[in-house]
Parts: sequence; C-alpha cells; structure tokens
Amino acid sequence: MSIDVNGVKYDVDENGYLVNLEDWNEDVAVKLAEGEEIEMAEAHWDLVKFLRNYYEEYQIAPAVKVLTKAIASEKGMDKKEASEFLYGLFPKGPALQACKIAGLPKPTGCV
Amino acid sequence: MEGAKDASSREGHHCGGCHSEENGKFLNPTPMLNELESGPWPSFVSGFKELAERTKKPMLRGVLDQLEYSYNTKMGYWKGGLVTVDGYGAGIITRYSMIKDKFPEAAEFHTMRIQPAPGLHYNTAMMRELCDIWEKYGSGIITLHGQTGDIMLQGIEQDKVQQCFDELNQSGWDLGGAGAGMRTAVSCIGQGRCENACYDNLKLHLKTLKHFVGVLHRPEWNYKLKFKFSGCPNDCTNAIMRSDLAVIGTWRDAIQVDRDEVNAWVEKKGMDVLVNQVINLCPTKAISLKDGEMHIETRDCVRCMHCLNAMPKALSPGKERGISLLMGGKNTLKVGVNMGSLIIPFMKMEDDEDIEAFIEQIEEIIDWWEDAGLDHERIGETIERVGLKQFLDGVGIEADINMVTRPRDNPYFKAPY
Repeated sequence: MSIDVNGVKYDVDENGYLVNLEDWNEDVAVKLAEGEEIEMAEAHWDLVKFLRNYYEEYQIAPAVKVLTKAIASEKGMDKKEASEFLYGLFPKGPALQACKIAGLPKPTGCV
Repeated sequence: MEGAKDASSREGHHCGGCHSEENGKFLNPTPMLNELESGPWPSFVSGFKELAERTKKPMLRGVLDQLEYSYNTKMGYWKGGLVTVDGYGAGIITRYSMIKDKFPEAAEFHTMRIQPAPGLHYNTAMMRELCDIWEKYGSGIITLHGQTGDIMLQGIEQDKVQQCFDELNQSGWDLGGAGAGMRTAVSCIGQGRCENACYDNLKLHLKTLKHFVGVLHRPEWNYKLKFKFSGCPNDCTNAIMRSDLAVIGTWRDAIQVDRDEVNAWVEKKGMDVLVNQVINLCPTKAISLKDGEMHIETRDCVRCMHCLNAMPKALSPGKERGISLLMGGKNTLKVGVNMGSLIIPFMKMEDDEDIEAFIEQIEEIIDWWEDAGLDHERIGETIERVGLKQFLDGVGIEADINMVTRPRDNPYFKAPY
C-alpha cells in the first residue's frame, strides 16, 4: 500500500503507518492527518515534533505517561487536564493517531 | 455429574440440527471442533454453531473455520492492533486474523469490554437492550463475565465499533479498562444480598470508579492496576489473589454471638458437630468450650470466616466494621504469583468522608508508584523491588504490627461444611 503526496508515492503498512521513517515530511504528515480526519494546528505540530525528537533520541515512541507529563509541565496543567488535552487533539488516542502522523512505527502492546 | 450427563444428552439431541453443515448448509464441516461437543459438559462449540445457524452471520462461520484450522495446525492465528472509539485510548481488544486470505470471513473479530454494574446487579431490560444492540452490530457472542470482570462482547469489525459504542453508551453502558491504566473493578454482591458484608462495597466501587474513570479510558501508568471490593474476608471476588488493590471488609471488635441461635444450632446438629467441625477447624484455635458454651478469644481470631460460615445465624461479624486494604496480588509476570500484603489493616468505611479519605490514600499510592515503578511493573512488584519500608515511607503510612506477611494462616483452608 502507498499514499500519494505531491505526486510522490510513499509506502505505508496495512494500517496506514509510514514504512520508512525517513520518508516523513510535513506534507506527508498533513496527508496522514487527513486520513485520521485531523486538521493540523500548532498544538498538533508541537506534539508530533516532540514525538519525533523523542524517537530520534531513544529509538522508541514515548509511553503515554511520559507524553502527559511533558505536556503537563510545559503547559502548567495537572496530569488529568494534560490527558484530556491530549485526547482533545487526537481523539482516538496519541498512540494510534499522533504516532501515525509523526511517521513512527505502530506502537505495540495492548494500549 | 448425573445432571451434567443429562444435559449432555439433551445437548446431543438438540445439536442434531447443528450438524447440518455436512449436508452443505450454512456452516462448513468442523470435525475437530465437533469432538469438543462429545464430552459431558456444555460446549462453546454447540453455542457458537447454534448462534451461527440462527443469525447466519458469516463472521461466526469464518471464526469456526479458522479455529478448526488452528486445531489441525496447533497454531493460533489472531494478532493484535489498535482500535479505539473517540476520546478513548482503551477498551477495545483487537483481533485480526493473520490468515485472512484463507479465512476472509474471520478477518476481524474484535472484543469490546463493557463495564458491569457493581456487584453484577442488572435488570433484564438492560440486558435485553445490550443483546439487541450487540446482535445488530457484532457477532452476538457475549461472555458474562470475562476474567477482567467485564462483559466481553466478542466479534465486531472495526468499521462498526464507533456506531456500536455510541448506541451502547446512549443506553447507559460504558467501555471497560485495558492497557496500562485503571481496570474495570469487581465487587461481590455486597450488602445488597449478603449479611456478611462489612461495608457498602457497591457504593465504594461506584465512587472509586467515577473518580478513576479518566485513567480507565485513557491509560497512562506503568502498567495495569486492578481494584476488587469484597464485602467480607470470605473474599468472594478473590481480591487477595487477583487484584493490586484488594479492599476487603473486616471488623475489629469481637464476633457477635447470638446465644439462643448457638443453642438452637447445637440442638439441631449436635455437640459433636460443634466440636469437630467448628472448634477443631478453627485455624488459630481461637474457639474453646467454657462451661459447655462456645467461647471465642477475639485476640486469636484471624477473621478466617470459617465459624461464621458454619453457623450463619448464630455468629456474625463484629459491630465495628470497615475495610482492610491489601496490595500486590497478581499472577505471574516478572516475579511469580503474589498474594496481596496487608497495607492498611483497618479503615472505617461508613460515610462519604471515609470514602474521600480512602480515595485520597489511593491517589497517594498511585502517585508514588508512577514515580518509583518501572515500565510494565505491577505495583506489588515495585514494592517487592524497593522494599515495603520504602513504600510505606513514600506514601506516608506508619508501619504496623498488623502488616503481617500472611494475613490468613492458610489461604487454601477449606472445610467440609
């Protein structure tokens, strides 16, 4: 399977996750977000970039608790607010949608 | 056993219709699975076939076919994935077929975990509505109740999940927990129907559930965390072994003894039975005969419930009732199977203030675990790794002589009453 962005074809797996990490760019992200019915705003981009930086450093997507903590400390929210904020941006969950849009591999486990 | 055999022969008759697949009907032949119907017990295969024949859902046929194939090749062919509904991060357990080219009808067979009411008190109208909605969108297969304590609605395609959830939600149902967060809690029937219940566990369950509903739907901890609420030390929910946070009703004064009922009991059953089956079976030898009357030494009593169970009218839990909290019960993971350790020996649980204090304490415990625990580590394992003292210091609980390793002398104690 593949998606078409500005005339270039990118391979995705059967769940729509980007196969090659280095294929990612902002246009691809917008296209992937379209598939999830998400309109990318600044807050979305912040999170996607956080995910990509984290992945680059640790070679693994952050656990949700790391993500909520980072948001909580950055925005001065408590953890409950941060969690709701996160799901407000990505209704189907950060693991499912944010990772996909950030071009990270599909998270494993029973989340 | 006789009854079971009867049931099986009835089942056999009844299933004459199910074997129609050999005649080229709706279901395909499944000789391996059919073997499971030949035993003396009710078989899930019969139920599956009956449902498939009635509803003519291709998904059910596909799943039976794939299972038959599994039995032949001795391999499982389900793999996980990620499916959620809007605003939720957990609650749907995905099952995709790895061999969907071979069995296209079984391509998707996801499970929806639905939270039961505390103490499993339903009314039939709600159950009927649940069944109707489920048969409209999903396979119709329901497990009451899965090991997680949830109602398991098994077999739905991804495309239909959101719509199905919306309709269930409108009718008052909600998804259960999954992943690294709070899980669906379980409680025994409680004061609703049991005289031994030492606190209103259904109310505590509901209040706790409402408090933790966010992290139940959007998991974000180290790993799962389970509550079980048992009304008394009989522990009908098996909280001590199956939950990280086992809330078990208890009392701290003496067992209440109704002398007249004791005498009536002895008159009916005889002194031999009192001595042989009650007094001699007390695991801590707390009961003795004094001037021909039964005497319980409260100091020696470990609340094993044996005498209360043997003499239900004569004996009942003390007047000063509350809960004890045990932590760390779990099945095998990094370290082996653990039973819960007593962390809070006694806490009153009578009004809303008590409930608030309880939830506050639990929040403190979870905060500690979030920081001290490793990824994929149950709270009992964290406590075992860092030591009980570190844990108690971390959550501000004083060490107490009651925090013994084995709160019951022998948890496997079963008497032939």
